Amino acid sequence: MIAQDVLYCGVCSMPPEFCEFSGTQGKCKAWLQKNNAKEFARLYGQTEEIEKGVEGIQIEEKPEEKKNDRSLVKDKSAQLEAKLEKENRKKMESHVIIKRVERTKRKCVTTIHGLEVFDVELKKAAKMFANRFACGSSVAKNNQNQDEIVVQGDFSDELLDLILANWPHIPEDNIDLVEDKKKK
Amino acid sequence: MFKKFSFTENIAGQTQLKSSVQRGIRGKIIEQYPSLEPILDDLMPKKTPIVLVKGHEHLSFLSVNNQVLFFQHFDGPYYPTLKLLHKYPELLPKIQVDRGAIKFVLSGANIMCPGLTSKGARMEVDLPNDAVVSIMAEGKEHALAIGQLKMSTEEIRKINKGIGCDNIHHLNDSLWKELS
Repeated sequence: MIAQDVLYCGVCSMPPEFCEFSGTQGKCKAWLQKNNAKEFARLYGQTEEIEKGVEGIQIEEKPEEKKNDRSLVKDKSAQLEAKLEKENRKKMESHVIIKRVERTKRKCVTTIHGLEVFDVELKKAAKMFANRFACGSSVAKNNQNQDEIVVQGDFSDELLDLILANWPHIPEDNIDLVEDKKKK
Repeated sequence: MFKKFSFTENIAGQTQLKSSVQRGIRGKIIEQYPSLEPILDDLMPKKTPIVLVKGHEHLSFLSVNNQVLFFQHFDGPYYPTLKLLHKYPELLPKIQVDRGAIKFVLSGANIMCPGLTSKGARMEVDLPNDAVVSIMAEGKEHALAIGQLKMSTEEIRKINKGIGCDNIHHLNDSLWKELS
């Protein structure tokens, strides 16, 4: 038995012959055309000719035909794009909160909350902070059960710079510095 | 099975298996997929350890070199992942569904008997109940799902109603997305 290499679509991750069922067939088609012209010709070359032929002969019947054919899947690219945009907007609105929390009299920890919205891997980020500041740093759940990074020591200003340098796609206005004093 | 699944959330832990257990698993896999025997050494070299990833709901995955090759539910048969099946299509016996069914299979539906008996569908080999099969589609050359028969092929032809084959793992389900 010999291993077969299978090409996977870069848009929907399925083999290209299944792209037509992915809901993003428009994009998949463009991707395949760009990345693998041979496969593209094999898959889409014929159908295009047929479609042209069909269009020429029976224009009025076509819409109805499409409705009846259960095997066709609607192209949901537009929907998906709208969703992406929405997410993006949400991203722009969400804030990263760097918070200094006092532990004992002179000791404090810094917590960073909201990085995951910007596609930052929390564990890796925590490790990086630990390396950079030579301190303990971990991902912990806060009392609202959300993940946040806890850095031992006060590094709020350095953290701000570091985050800006490391993940330039996070706008500076979206990072808040907060100081949380222990109640007396 | 993989309606909602992610390796970050639904994993209870992973362990490297003892070599004696590995031997057992290799034996089981060969027993289940005799055609795999000549290439099993390439797939799971004896020296590299097998990592058993335990998931919630009695799922477990066998991973070699960080690639998940097989998964299992309870003590059931080992199912290959679709990636593996695409590489070695002869691994599983094939059944073919008609074009109209593809859309539903890809969204996770179980395969109904009429989808296996209609024009465009094919069942060439006679298979018993509970056989693991790769589900092909009319006009496509790659498998789109892995299923387990709920009836024997003979019964499917005779009864021609209801679920004929359970959909275990299909293209673009959450396991597929995790692996790609």
